[in-house]
Amino acid sequence: MNRTVLDLWVGFFVAISIAALLFLALKVGNLSSGRLSDTYVLHARFDNIGGLKVRGPVKSAGVLVGRISEIRFDPATYEAVVTMDVDGRYRFPKDTFAAIYTSGLLGEQFIGFDVGGDEKMLKAGDTVTKTQSAVVLEKLISQFLFNKAAEGQETK
Amino acid sequence: MADSASSIRKLGHAVVDRIWRLGFAARFLVAVLRYSGPSFRRLPLTLREIYFSGVLSLLIIMVSGLFVGLVLGLQGYETLQRYGSTEALGVLVALSLTRELGPVVAALLFASRAGSSVTAEIGLMKATEQLKAMDIMAVNPIARVVAPRFWGGVISMPLLAALFSAMGVLGGWLIGVVFIGVDDGAFWSQMQSGVDFRYDIWNGVIKSFVFGIAVSLIAVFEGYDSVPTAEGVSRAITRTVVSSALAILALDFVLTSFMFRGTS
Repeated sequence: MNRTVLDLWVGFFVAISIAALLFLALKVGNLSSGRLSDTYVLHARFDNIGGLKVRGPVKSAGVLVGRISEIRFDPATYEAVVTMDVDGRYRFPKDTFAAIYTSGLLGEQFIGFDVGGDEKMLKAGDTVTKTQSAVVLEKLISQFLFNKAAEGQETK
Repeated sequence: MADSASSIRKLGHAVVDRIWRLGFAARFLVAVLRYSGPSFRRLPLTLREIYFSGVLSLLIIMVSGLFVGLVLGLQGYETLQRYGSTEALGVLVALSLTRELGPVVAALLFASRAGSSVTAEIGLMKATEQLKAMDIMAVNPIARVVAPRFWGGVISMPLLAALFSAMGVLGGWLIGVVFIGVDDGAFWSQMQSGVDFRYDIWNGVIKSFVFGIAVSLIAVFEGYDSVPTAEGVSRAITRTVVSSALAILALDFVLTSFMFRGTS
């Protein structure tokens, strides 16, 4: 069995196709960074999650540390239960504060961890107790309007 | 009365004929899979088919990918500009290519470029009774002719689709960054944060793999099942292109509804 020109072409074809796939994986996708391989699960309960989405980011100090894996409604407490896959490299103290922030004015919403000072760390499956719900723009505006109206009456 | 009865009979005949062909196609797929052992043991046979359906499709796939990317860049910029978010051009181009356009358009091109030629080849072999001759010489035509062509197509398709997407992204970059002047860093970084490897790229690869199976099966089956005349072969080629296109688009809908069921 001899090597033929045809083999060269097939090899060339396979090589540039794999190069294209690598290009897609490393340059277009985010396989190189932010790939969460070894994760553990944390839960958090919110009164209102606003526009939070599954697969949304979990950030601490602005750095991506996990992804939201599940959002469901708890019919007993009427709260939203958010399940997060957090990168196994990072541990957070027990009194970590989970808040829902918005990136930019109209950007996507994400969970931000504001780290506390507790010596004990959250374990896999724990629930973050201190949470802050999403800011609902309509509520904020109506509050502002009510305050303005109240001020106006006082000055009269 | 007699006229309407005969038209009903014709309709029934057409329906039964379609179902018959479908059943034969299913049995044919099983036969191809059963006899595909030799096509891997005798690798040069399959390599030859990868050359004919994959390597020779390289040029059309890469050029079309580039042009699709260029158009996406222009159209995407035009629309995103209205919302002042032209930095998202990279995400737009990359997502539409890796999720949809890459697999689908590459498969459509592949069906018309490689699928039709496979059908023509097998159909002509049948018309000139080469398949029968092989049978007489105790060479199984499915193992010797059909299976290598089937696997050549199945292997080539995902590779071509990946190339198409990569060329398209480069095309979008060329228009967006080089010609229009979108910020280079924002283009790539937004793309990288918006495109997930497993969710977007890998699902696209799975799609193109499924399309490869569908297109290759249709191509070899139509060739094998063609009426062994000049007219029959030309009809089989037409049917290959038409039914591959329909199969690709229908499968795309089914796969998309499984893969990307809105994450909200």
